[in-house]
Amino acid sequence: MTADHSHSQTTIDAHGDAHAVEHTHPDWGTYKWVALILTLITVAEVWIYYTPIKETRLFVPTLLALSVAKFAIVVMFYMHLKYDAKLFRGLFVGPLTIAILILISLLFLFGHLSIHAA
Amino acid sequence: MASAAVADAHAEHHYTSTGLSSTKIAIWAFIGSECFFFASLISTYLIYKGRSVVGPFPHEAWTNPATGQHFKAILNIPVTSASTFVLLMSSLAMVLAHSAVVRGDRKYSKIWLAMTALLGATFLGFQAYEFTSFVHEGLTIKTNLFGSSFFILTGFHGAHVTAGVLWLMTLLFIDMKRGLGPRDAINVDICALYWHFVDVVWIAIFTLVYLIQ
Repeated sequence: MTADHSHSQTTIDAHGDAHAVEHTHPDWGTYKWVALILTLITVAEVWIYYTPIKETRLFVPTLLALSVAKFAIVVMFYMHLKYDAKLFRGLFVGPLTIAILILISLLFLFGHLSIHAA
Repeated sequence: MASAAVADAHAEHHYTSTGLSSTKIAIWAFIGSECFFFASLISTYLIYKGRSVVGPFPHEAWTNPATGQHFKAILNIPVTSASTFVLLMSSLAMVLAHSAVVRGDRKYSKIWLAMTALLGATFLGFQAYEFTSFVHEGLTIKTNLFGSSFFILTGFHGAHVTAGVLWLMTLLFIDMKRGLGPRDAINVDICALYWHFVDVVWIAIFTLVYLIQ
């Protein structure tokens, strides 16, 4: 995959120092491949749903892995987080991590603990 | 021409303590807060999953013992797969719209913005069809825990898509009125970030709600 460097930006900070910030955005070729990969992953997800894998223990982890891959690809390439400033990455990944931890904690509290308390 | 347009776009520097666009920091902070919002709705759905006393259920058929009425599994995976594909393609159209605005290509900026809005509206059409068919099949927001948590989660996502379509149509209107150029790239960029976030939320919902039983 290639990156189109014609979109790189230079910003100036409060002290007036110009510095290059990583604002390179992918080009059409990259976007085309990303769209193709996302489509293929979606097809794979739906295909798995209609196969005997659905009855096995691999079903949920496989779907979760495919979903995480799709999520990461969109965030990295379409939302340019791979190319953008680290502050943006922190503003997104930080809350996302806390939100996922809260989600897992709640599932544990209301699932596992409520079963054992009953 | 394109490089001149890009240079023109970057001629106006705004001085900030971080050296980054404050607008972009704001939209990322907003998206961070939205992670909590949707995580709370998804948590609620998952906690209530499988705890409905009466049907219809998402993946299993159910017969009401009192009335003998039979309800089939309510979720329609082929239709939702199609709407998921539509939303993914709208994200592609959005990045192409942003790219056209950055290049100063007014013809393609209009085409891709209109295409993104159209695909978003198509997704909403799929959702309207799904909600209507669920109600006809006996599942409303008041029927059971699944109905309540499902309609709240997907309804709020649909509201976000609606806001995104309105935002896109506003940008398209401005583009037709005076033309969107490289100077407006940041405005299209923040709309694009919001739109892609709505897309990634749907990626999570599609797997957790529709595919995993």
